[in-house]
Amino acid sequence: MTDFSYTILIPLIPLLVFLVTGLLGMKWKPIVSGVIGTIGLGISFFLSLFAAYQYFFLTASASGYHTIIPINMLWLSFTSTLQIHMGVLLDPIAIMMLVVVTTVSFMVHIYSLGYMKGEKGFQRFYAFLSLFTFAMLGVVLATNIFQIYIFWELVGVSSFLLIGFYYDKPSAVAAAKKAFIVTRFADLGFLIGILLLSYYTGTFDFVKLNQPGTNLFVGLAGVSFLGISGITWTMSLIFMGAAGKSAMFPLHIWLPDAMEGPTPVSALIHAATMVVAGVFLVARLFPIYHFQAPDVLLFIGYVGGFTSLFAAIIAITQNDIKRVLAYSTLSQIGYMMVALGVSGYGGKAGLGFTAAMFHLFTHAMFKGLLFLGAGAIIHSVHSNMMKDMGGLRKYMPITHFTFLAACLAISGIPPFAGFFSKDEILVAAFNSNKLLFYVEYITAGITSFYIFRIYFNIFWGKETKYEHKPHEAPWNMAIPLIIMALGATFGGFIPFHDFVTSNMKPFAEGMDIMVSLPSVAIGLVGIAVAWILYKKENEMPARIAKRMGVLYTTTFNKFYVDEVYLFVTKKIIFNRIAKPIAWFDRNVVDAFMIGIGTVTMKISYKIKNLQSGELQQYAFVFVAGSVLLALLLLYSLGYH
Amino acid sequence: MNFLSLFVLVPVLTITGILFTRDLKGARLVSAVGMGIQLLLAVFLVLYYLSIRGAGNLHEMVLTADYSWYPSLNIHYFVGVDGIAVAMIALTAIVIFAGVFASWQMEFLSREFFISLILLATGVFGFFISLDLFTMFLFYELAVIPMYLLIGIWGSGPKEASAMKLTLMLMGGSALLLVGILGIYFNSAPNGGAYTFNILQIAKIHMPIAAQRFFFPLTFVGFGVLAALFPLHTWSPSGHASAPTAVSMLHAGVLMKLGAYGCFRVAIYLMPQAATQLAWIFIILTSISVVYGALGAIMQKDLKFINAYSSVSHVGLILFALLMLNKISMDGAILQMISHGLVTALFFALIGMIYGRTHTRDIREMGGLMKVMPFLAVTYMIAGFASLGLPGFSGFVAEMTIFVGAFQHSDLFHRVASVIVVSSIVITAVYILRVVGKILLGPIKNEAHLHLKDATWSEKLSTITLVIAVVGIGILPLWLSDTILNSLHPIMERLTAYLH
Amino acid sequence: MIQGISIYYFLIVSTLMFFIGIAGFIIRQNLITILLSVELILNSVGINFLVFNRYLYPDQLQGHFFSLFIVGIAAAEASVAIALIINIYRRIHNIEADNVNEMKY
Repeated sequence: MTDFSYTILIPLIPLLVFLVTGLLGMKWKPIVSGVIGTIGLGISFFLSLFAAYQYFFLTASASGYHTIIPINMLWLSFTSTLQIHMGVLLDPIAIMMLVVVTTVSFMVHIYSLGYMKGEKGFQRFYAFLSLFTFAMLGVVLATNIFQIYIFWELVGVSSFLLIGFYYDKPSAVAAAKKAFIVTRFADLGFLIGILLLSYYTGTFDFVKLNQPGTNLFVGLAGVSFLGISGITWTMSLIFMGAAGKSAMFPLHIWLPDAMEGPTPVSALIHAATMVVAGVFLVARLFPIYHFQAPDVLLFIGYVGGFTSLFAAIIAITQNDIKRVLAYSTLSQIGYMMVALGVSGYGGKAGLGFTAAMFHLFTHAMFKGLLFLGAGAIIHSVHSNMMKDMGGLRKYMPITHFTFLAACLAISGIPPFAGFFSKDEILVAAFNSNKLLFYVEYITAGITSFYIFRIYFNIFWGKETKYEHKPHEAPWNMAIPLIIMALGATFGGFIPFHDFVTSNMKPFAEGMDIMVSLPSVAIGLVGIAVAWILYKKENEMPARIAKRMGVLYTTTFNKFYVDEVYLFVTKKIIFNRIAKPIAWFDRNVVDAFMIGIGTVTMKISYKIKNLQSGELQQYAFVFVAGSVLLALLLLYSLGYH
Repeated sequence: MNFLSLFVLVPVLTITGILFTRDLKGARLVSAVGMGIQLLLAVFLVLYYLSIRGAGNLHEMVLTADYSWYPSLNIHYFVGVDGIAVAMIALTAIVIFAGVFASWQMEFLSREFFISLILLATGVFGFFISLDLFTMFLFYELAVIPMYLLIGIWGSGPKEASAMKLTLMLMGGSALLLVGILGIYFNSAPNGGAYTFNILQIAKIHMPIAAQRFFFPLTFVGFGVLAALFPLHTWSPSGHASAPTAVSMLHAGVLMKLGAYGCFRVAIYLMPQAATQLAWIFIILTSISVVYGALGAIMQKDLKFINAYSSVSHVGLILFALLMLNKISMDGAILQMISHGLVTALFFALIGMIYGRTHTRDIREMGGLMKVMPFLAVTYMIAGFASLGLPGFSGFVAEMTIFVGAFQHSDLFHRVASVIVVSSIVITAVYILRVVGKILLGPIKNEAHLHLKDATWSEKLSTITLVIAVVGIGILPLWLSDTILNSLHPIMERLTAYLH
Repeated sequence: MIQGISIYYFLIVSTLMFFIGIAGFIIRQNLITILLSVELILNSVGINFLVFNRYLYPDQLQGHFFSLFIVGIAAAEASVAIALIINIYRRIHNIEADNVNEMKY
């Protein structure tokens, strides 16, 4: 057996970098922190590649891959069985995620050397990036559900810190706060789910929980609440956590706002890695979902399907390029959820699972690339808004071609990576759930339309007069773009079904021409429509928007979901609950306590006159009292 | 000379030492040295305790000493510690050490201030080492009384009224408590023989259930007042808001834990049967405490009020966990005592430092402090994250242990209460991030704040001590948790006899 | 034991003195008179000590000594009281008891 214990270094190096740069970074020149961070992450990256090589090519046997746990330390123990470990678990999806996270993170590290150059807080930025990478790798490598939760929260906080990187900008602070609180709310469900799960099964361990046909869930399936069985509740609550991180409807509201963070952060966290943590979680617990709670799995599929369509529609109308990409991310994660939702277990039935992981991988490449490209554009024109861009293809050829590659990939045009993964998803949906298939099919068309809408608007379209002539990205930004573009172009040729499958056994898979041809066709239709509308500046888009009227404004305002949230939090929780409670506390509870004091004072004020200061009065009361007592004594002794 | 008695003796000697100093410089030096020694003693105690437990000492209490100081009522100076008491002593030593450094610039009547402060600490240390109900009560009162002076003289705002309210409400609690303790005393020999205040002896007998049902609520509420049990928590916001920094630290950090510790060691340990029967009442009250305190904190404008309500919520969680009456939740309760003690002390220290610079605690008047005082701001954020239960800090360990414990009951009542309590983690995040966003981040609101200085060395020492403790427990909780779990055996044995 | 004289006669005298003293203490306004009333009370107690000693334990002397003590204490008390009265007079220029009621609440 190959020894994998070195994999512990993959998350530990970023942690070390975080501690060093976080504590000492301020004493050095900014660039030192950047270089340390990049080198550290580079080591992690190569270690991950090495681990992937070892795992996939040296440990495989006829019966597929095995779960390997090289390190598992006791962290906290409740009872002899209920214990939290900290460790490293390697299986195909963990290895795949390792590669994704370290690749994108490494690229972002290099890219940020150029993008963030001269920013105040450069060191802080690198420290937080390392913290995030550490936390994300912790999620990926977790051996038990509690370890996932721990790192899950750390991921959340590093996302908070990075969204709020420009902390003197109120909108960034608000966005950071929103992201944290919304995901925290979702994590509440996750936590309750974990607690229920651990109570009934008596373990946190993935290996035990994920065994097909385990009888750990008998207790949980036996109970029910409000007519729904315990296992359904538990797994739905856990999915709530996944939905929060992966920004599924209706917990998606934080993601578009999170674009307030620096663009490399959006690429790393809010496109490639953190937001797919929810997908990863569902995949990690897939055997439980599949065998114990199939209804929840279907529900996940529907949530994903709805979100993908819903977000794609919103993406059409947005004018901030980062927001378009954010909604596109939502939509693509929806795809992955659909794939998991329609998946079976083992062999060809598990195609959905493989497709979800495959799409996760390719999406990380092309969406990370889109964001990095958008960053390069923003870096050179100093604006996020599409109206400030146009005709940039002449000024930024590298960015242009890499961006185009990513756009083709997300539109599912062969031979780019997105074609293969999206095709697998559609095939999986086609085989098991026609409704979801049609939803995703339509979404594919919308996707290629909105992505080419921004593509044409940025690189073609009107000739904008620029104050400063836009410049091509510097080498340290261009290199990551090129590398990612290679991934987005050729990543689809990786035979995923040989590596990542639901039961860890490879299966053979071929194209379904009945599905892939129409899907390419609708992608091309979307591109064609975008071409007509946006290639040259014209009046048509505005006229169409006007024709659509309410439909357009509703979409433009993101279906008013934000407003609903605002109403619930501000109007109901703050004004109808928190304020009355503060009032109640002061004017009822506290007033009652003070009232006790006041009443005592009043009474004592009344009876204080007994002490008049007149000596003779005292003497009289004294004598009269003693006489009375004497008489009483005599009476009681029987002298009467 | 018993080793534990040093924990009372050192503060007393420190007070004596302060009497011989003339000004602030001398007084704070003597206090720092005294409390530094105390901290070293506490560290030594922890190591010693771990070593003798490791060597196989299985007595319920170690380092015991017994001296009868009022034979006719059988009152003893009986001391001894288990893992829980050791942890509480260490907590107190850390907080008081940090508190001394947080009051480094106390110009007004400085000698008297330090004397009162350390007198308070004496009471707390005495309380945690005592195993005799009466001596315990004596130290308890010794801890509560200096509070009045400390708030009334060195406080801010409506300090006299706050001090009065705090002291009177705590005294009201003490009255109930005294009745409860006497009740236990007079029921301590149901089979004849001498009455006793000795906790270990009482823990061996079975008190008549009728007496338990009567005296359990008295004792629990009596201690509960100090632990800000709803609806007897209202001394906390005004008291904390008026108190000087070190006193807020000590009060929220340690004194409130006295209440919780008392509920644990006296009410539940000595009257387990009543505890199992009556827990539901207090579970309702503490669940309210937890959510209500958190919601109350959302709309406050004064930093100290926010933290006072937050303390109501977090200490409510401690009591809630105790009342879940199982081993895991009690372990969590003790962890939360320590964690909340450290975190809230850190919070109050930072608020005091910020207030000392900006001269306001109104969050609407501050903004962008991260720019002008990065050290304090970063530490404040750390405290905030620790308070909202982020992994890597002690709060997470404690809260998770409590929640896992709370979910060990599968009946609907416990489930609902647990879910309500768990939901407080979201509300906590809301009010903490609200404050952080308002005062630390964003643009600078007040031009005058531009020239403020960052922390001085004494302030850094004070906060870093606390941060290290918080992070240390957060990253390596196993040894602490195991120590506590081992010390929970006796109480669990008594409880399981009555749990069905 | 005094032949022919019953103990009751003595007791009646002392009781009368005692209650006259009490009445004077409560009713009179002049501080000097109040002081005199206190002396009457003290003396009635002194008489009681002597009488009971004589009638119950004729061969012992404790009662006598007690009355001597009472005389001594009465003297001391009178001097303190008069000093107080003089001070009061200096302050408020009269010695009416009703005017000396500051000591309250």
